[in-house]
Amino acid sequence: MGELRLMKGNEALAEASIRAGMDAYFGYPITPQSEVLEYLTREAYQRTGATILQAESEVASINMLYGAGGAGGRVMTSSSSPGISLMQEGISYIAGSQIPCLIVNVNRGGPGLGTIQPSQGDYFQSVKGGGHGDYRLIVLAPATVQEMADFVLDGFLLAEKYRNPVLILTDGALGQMMEKVELRDQVDRSVRPVPAWATVGKPDSRPANVLTSLFIQPEEMEQVNIALQKKYAEIEAAEVKYQTVHMEDADMVLVAYGLSARISRKAMELCRANGMKVGLIRPITLWPYPYQVIRDAAKQAKGFLTVEMNAGQMVEDVRLAVNGQRPVEHYGRMGGIIPTPEEIVSVLERMYASAS
Amino acid sequence: MQELDIIDEHEGLSLVCEKPDTLKDARMHYCPGCGHGVAHRIIMEAVAELGIQEKTIGVAPVGCSVFAYHYMNIDMQEAAHGRATAVATGIKRVLPDQYVFTYQGDGDLAAIGTAETIHTVNRGENIMIVFINNAIYGMTGGQMAPTTLFGQKTSTSPYGRAQEFNGYPLRITEMLAMLPGAFYVTRQAVNTPGNVRKAKKAILNGFKYQELKKGTSFIEIVSNCPTNWGLTPVKSNEWLVENMLPAYPLGDIKLPSKEDLIHA
Repeated sequence: MGELRLMKGNEALAEASIRAGMDAYFGYPITPQSEVLEYLTREAYQRTGATILQAESEVASINMLYGAGGAGGRVMTSSSSPGISLMQEGISYIAGSQIPCLIVNVNRGGPGLGTIQPSQGDYFQSVKGGGHGDYRLIVLAPATVQEMADFVLDGFLLAEKYRNPVLILTDGALGQMMEKVELRDQVDRSVRPVPAWATVGKPDSRPANVLTSLFIQPEEMEQVNIALQKKYAEIEAAEVKYQTVHMEDADMVLVAYGLSARISRKAMELCRANGMKVGLIRPITLWPYPYQVIRDAAKQAKGFLTVEMNAGQMVEDVRLAVNGQRPVEHYGRMGGIIPTPEEIVSVLERMYASAS
Repeated sequence: MQELDIIDEHEGLSLVCEKPDTLKDARMHYCPGCGHGVAHRIIMEAVAELGIQEKTIGVAPVGCSVFAYHYMNIDMQEAAHGRATAVATGIKRVLPDQYVFTYQGDGDLAAIGTAETIHTVNRGENIMIVFINNAIYGMTGGQMAPTTLFGQKTSTSPYGRAQEFNGYPLRITEMLAMLPGAFYVTRQAVNTPGNVRKAKKAILNGFKYQELKKGTSFIEIVSNCPTNWGLTPVKSNEWLVENMLPAYPLGDIKLPSKEDLIHA
């Protein structure tokens, strides 16, 4: 068993990044994730020699990440919604140049400067693009402080396996809440081999390595896109992750991720105590999305309800999976308000009433 | 890229000058008379002479020189517009003992990338920044740059740059020299053989100073753009001498002291 600690989500994530053997972190202060940068500047260099740099902006952070990841480093940045918006150009370049890295969005309410309270309003931005062009991020959605820690090394390994940026999409509540967390052992930074594609200096034995997303001939650019899409198809086939609870007999299905999934689980328990057979599907990877388990559930369930801290974003993916076979509704709160289990129960009661 | 036929031997002739193997066998896409080709060559000659090909990483951002990696036979990263020094910072922080340089135009370095430029130099990142100033946006077809001169006509200052509409030509090199992180700041040109030799010496310094880990080397190269200036190569170099050099005078702006040049 690893070391047990009581930690804030942001601090657990930062601690996990040190233990994951991260080489460099670049970030800019923004609430509600500044603890990540604070924790790392306090702890990382002293323990592992990792570079921790406070950049002049999120624009600089993401481009430093591009350079450092391209030089073969295991690298991370974190921010919250407005800062992640600033990074979108760089994220598109990173995806196009196929540079592995980890990006963390501690989602707060928007649009605009919005609020510092938790939100899931960045779902579309995270899973449908965000920046320009046809690209995908692997998106992981933790629901506990334990997963805030665990998904860091998992994310680095996925990024390196596919040469693709990975996004941890979490929110201000998970970033700020304290829970027990079991930490993994320290990964030795020095043992990771230099990737063959990295720009580290060209020896006589190989041609120069070039990292670019620029292919000005359309025929060549199309081939690059086809190769990217092939990679994305491989990720979709191999890396979908989700959790199901009480789906064996569920006739009404809650679909929720992250903090909303925890609240939905409580709502499900309240319903079950009253004889309503409610189940829960919690997507852990938001891309690739677990369409199949939802499609399968549609064979027996009477209806689906997504619970999100937004105006209804993931509900579109649930509707794609259900494909009109069953009613799919959305319940959400916006602007930093967290839905309560009782609110969700009352929506489910109404859905039961209209289904019978 | 089209391969060139390289003539290895000619009877009775001896080789006095050759292309360094730090340049690829590719035909450059630059317009006739453009300074980029010379600037590329002196940087790659410096890499060859210092024997640091295995330890050098270049960064080429958006601009005419975005394809520099087609010509420079070293590991390179292409960067987003304006972000070259941030990318170079990332590389250097992960590989502190390698030689890292950026190669940026005036729009990239002094307009869209101003924040990254200033903060990179202010941190004293141990990199070399090569700044090609030809007072115009070349790749996009001749728009006004931050360094465009008063009265200079471009496609977006068709009546000539005027202070009341467009502000002042930006002398960013002098500005950066004020920052304590700037270790070596100089302005050079590649319009004459003599100036090319001086510029190459500055580039050699910019590489060698990285070994000291004492700050940023910043080398401006005043260059031309015959196509977008609407001049022949010869006339463009005359225009450069008559107009560019009075606004952007050549010479060293900040030199390391003797103590600065001692290894820490």
